[in-house]
Amino acid sequence: MTDVPILSVKDLQKSFGAVTAAKDINVDIPAGQVVGVIGANGAGKTTFVNMVTGYLKPSGGTIRFRGRDITGIAPRLAVHQGLTRSFQVSQVFMTLSVRQNLLSALALARRKGGALLRPIAGPELLAECDAIMARYGLTDVAEHEASALSQGSRKLLDIAMAVVSGPRMLLLDEPTSGVAAEEKFAIMDTVMSALKASGTTVLFIEHDMEIVERYVDRVLAFFSGEVICDAPPARALIDPKVRELVIGDTRAPTAPTAATGQAEAAYA
Amino acid sequence: MLHAILSDKTVRLTALALLALAAAGLMLPAWVVNNMMFGLARGAAVLGLLVLWRTGLMSFGHGLYFGLGAYAVALSEHWLGLSDFALRILAAILVAVVAGFALGFILRRYRDIFFAMLSLAFSMVLYGILVKTEALGSTDGFSVSQTTFLGWAPEGKQVLFTAIITVCLALAVLVQMYLRSTLGRLTTAIRDNEIRVEYLGYSVARAIHIKYVISAALAGGAGGMMAMALGQVDPDSMVYWTVSGELVFITIMAGPGSVLAPFIGAIIFEFLRTYAFEIAPHAWQLIVGGTLLLIIFFLPGGIWSLLERIPFFRRLRHD
Amino acid sequence: MQLLFTILLDGLVYASYLFIVAAGLTIIFGVMKILNVAHGGFYAWGAYTAAYFIGAASEMGLPDWFAFLIIAGSALAVGIVLGLLIERIVLRRLYDHEEILIVLATFGVFLILEDLILLIFGVNPYFAYQPMVALGSVEMGGIFRDVYSLTLFGVALSVAAGSWWMLTRTRWGKLITAVIHDREMALIVGINVRRLFVVTFCAGAVLGALGGAYIAPTVSVAPGFAVDVIVLSFAVVVIGGMGSIPGALIGALLVGLLRALAVHKLPELELFVIFLVMSAVLIVRPEGLFAPAKARKI
Ligand SMILES: Nc1ncnc2c1ncn2[C@@H]1O[C@H](COP(=O)(O)OP(=O)(O)OP(=O)(O)O)[C@@H](O)[C@H]1O
Ligand SMILES: [Mg+2]
Repeated sequence: MTDVPILSVKDLQKSFGAVTAAKDINVDIPAGQVVGVIGANGAGKTTFVNMVTGYLKPSGGTIRFRGRDITGIAPRLAVHQGLTRSFQVSQVFMTLSVRQNLLSALALARRKGGALLRPIAGPELLAECDAIMARYGLTDVAEHEASALSQGSRKLLDIAMAVVSGPRMLLLDEPTSGVAAEEKFAIMDTVMSALKASGTTVLFIEHDMEIVERYVDRVLAFFSGEVICDAPPARALIDPKVRELVIGDTRAPTAPTAATGQAEAAYA
Repeated sequence: MLHAILSDKTVRLTALALLALAAAGLMLPAWVVNNMMFGLARGAAVLGLLVLWRTGLMSFGHGLYFGLGAYAVALSEHWLGLSDFALRILAAILVAVVAGFALGFILRRYRDIFFAMLSLAFSMVLYGILVKTEALGSTDGFSVSQTTFLGWAPEGKQVLFTAIITVCLALAVLVQMYLRSTLGRLTTAIRDNEIRVEYLGYSVARAIHIKYVISAALAGGAGGMMAMALGQVDPDSMVYWTVSGELVFITIMAGPGSVLAPFIGAIIFEFLRTYAFEIAPHAWQLIVGGTLLLIIFFLPGGIWSLLERIPFFRRLRHD
Repeated sequence: MQLLFTILLDGLVYASYLFIVAAGLTIIFGVMKILNVAHGGFYAWGAYTAAYFIGAASEMGLPDWFAFLIIAGSALAVGIVLGLLIERIVLRRLYDHEEILIVLATFGVFLILEDLILLIFGVNPYFAYQPMVALGSVEMGGIFRDVYSLTLFGVALSVAAGSWWMLTRTRWGKLITAVIHDREMALIVGINVRRLFVVTFCAGAVLGALGGAYIAPTVSVAPGFAVDVIVLSFAVVVIGGMGSIPGALIGALLVGLLRALAVHKLPELELFVIFLVMSAVLIVRPEGLFAPAKARKI
């Protein structure tokens, strides 16, 4: 891991009227790390992602990405820098088919110069689209309209559209929410292996602690706009404050599992 | 590029239809030719609204550009003595493009009814200026002299009719090329989800601005053609909100399915109006209002979607 | 000085009835998210109905105060009948359509209502000056004004006070406020939105018709006279912020006074001035002066 963090957030603040959704958030994320963000409803997780990717302007603080100050820039400019996200509520083109969704994403990601004036689907683009659909298990629903997809497939499409641009860092907002329990691990395996292969730095928000345990190197626990714990999962998930305020469980913690042991090794 | 244009079925069909119309113009009575010219001119403006409507945007004030185009023709004659067809069209489009580019910086921030209403407000501001300014003809406007072609002043309307057909064809082909390009295809995407488009790294505001300027150019050219066909411009028949309202009505009636639809819709509209005024002079609004409701309820794709029931037309869509 | 006073007085009278009409429009928009162009039709129908029956009543020799009952009755009857019909026949099919299409549909309804007036009431204007004559006129600061126009202040204030009371003190009003504030939340909480829509639409329609019915005695009720009002009350609502009653009040005052100023100082520029203000407000505050900005959950 390099010395300069890929993402560096300093004293980040955000308030909506009386509600403080972010308070003095300080986080450095080294390239290649997989970070899990946990926190109860309304803790400020989505707000954090919104600010980092430019959807919301912070009330205070700075965000640096690959050494460059990106505080308050438009989302599309963050995307140009290699920083993108998926959405808690899937943001896809509802009246277009899965294929058309991905083709639109590809056409925009691969455009250069006058490419926008040429017809959309060249053969390379079509081939790339097929490859992505295969990787994300969307081939069977390629011609379905996005509005007709299951929650799980729509989430996958949403993520796939974000990945198309080949980001250096990807923020996933609850990639498995609204997805049937038995599908969750399948989705995460699909997504995480694809991202691992491309060396993308990942931060994902997740309510399911088993998933957090399985995939992340490091946990950020949010409570009421503050980061109350920043540690490898083996430690974070047994932290009493985290158990009380985030997981809502004050029973004595269990011994770390094999999976978290590995994750701790990766973090260290 | 040329190959792409010529192999596009919609382009071929449009060319064929308009050529047939030009040929027919030699035989048709003058009032029919006149109505056709009005229809084609208005159709070009409706084509401009179609470009916006595909993104879910509707301007209730396109009379602004229609009027600017028409007044560009009248004033360029009044001030500079221009009467040449090509120069008139260019002047009309140019003025509309400049205005559309400037106002686009404001309008691109608005959507839905706010976009529609702000457009309306802008058009009414122009209306107010025209009505109030003697130098701009006030309520009477100007008459527009006969259009010439490189110095040639032909008898009758046939030449002007053919020239208008040619311009409409060119405009339709350009719009078709635009709609088929990546930029044009983004239209539905932007209507569906702007946030996603932003997060794909593209500026929605810019895409809408471009559409808006294209749309203004079309309406401007249309106004110019209307001025030449009518031989007269005045605020009430070129800029008033009823003018914009008619354009919106034809857009919905024609349907967004094809670049040919606006012209078909606008020509039908002209004849519908001519006959309605003869048969039921007090029921014109009833007819327009009723048609609007029926189309919205039962034929959301407009007249074009009726044509699409015929396999030949349906195939154009996937072209 | 006198001119200033005249402008002020005219402006306030004008603002009063713009407010009555615009309050109906803004409530409908706030709750249903529908920009109801047919509102101009309610206004025209209210005016024609009132003018017709006031004329008939005076022919029958009924006392002059009866006209006020007719005005109230016309507003209620027109608002409820047209409101129910249009909600049921037109709007109900379109609730899930795009906003713009709904606007266009209500525009279609407006055109139909206009021509129905021609077919039913004919093309000749109606006059119903009786209540205005009956109330006489007063001198204020050197200018004469008819008392009837001044009673408009009272009506407008009652509408303002009444809608404030309705919205903040009654159950329906609180529901309406909840829906205006957060539609999705209101749906989740289980408010019967269908019924709320019907009630709101009729209430708004009654206000539109009331504006027309009350203005009828002061003007010649002729075809097409609703067009101006629609356009102006749109401006009022857009300036004030769609869905905000206080916004409609401020918007009405602004537009009313500006119009009076324009009419006296720069006639013919009246629409121009108002649209100019509307453009300016929209450019500076896209949501209008008083409407809250809404965020979208992503
Ligand atoms: N645009 C906004 N306007 C006003 N308040 C907001 C806005 N966005 C978020 N909030 C408030 O900020 C707080 C944090 O919200 P946020 O969406 O970030 O929570 P979260 O941790 O993502 O919760 P969840 O698990 O439910 O997604 C909440 O109290 C929320 O109501
Ligand atoms: Mg969230």
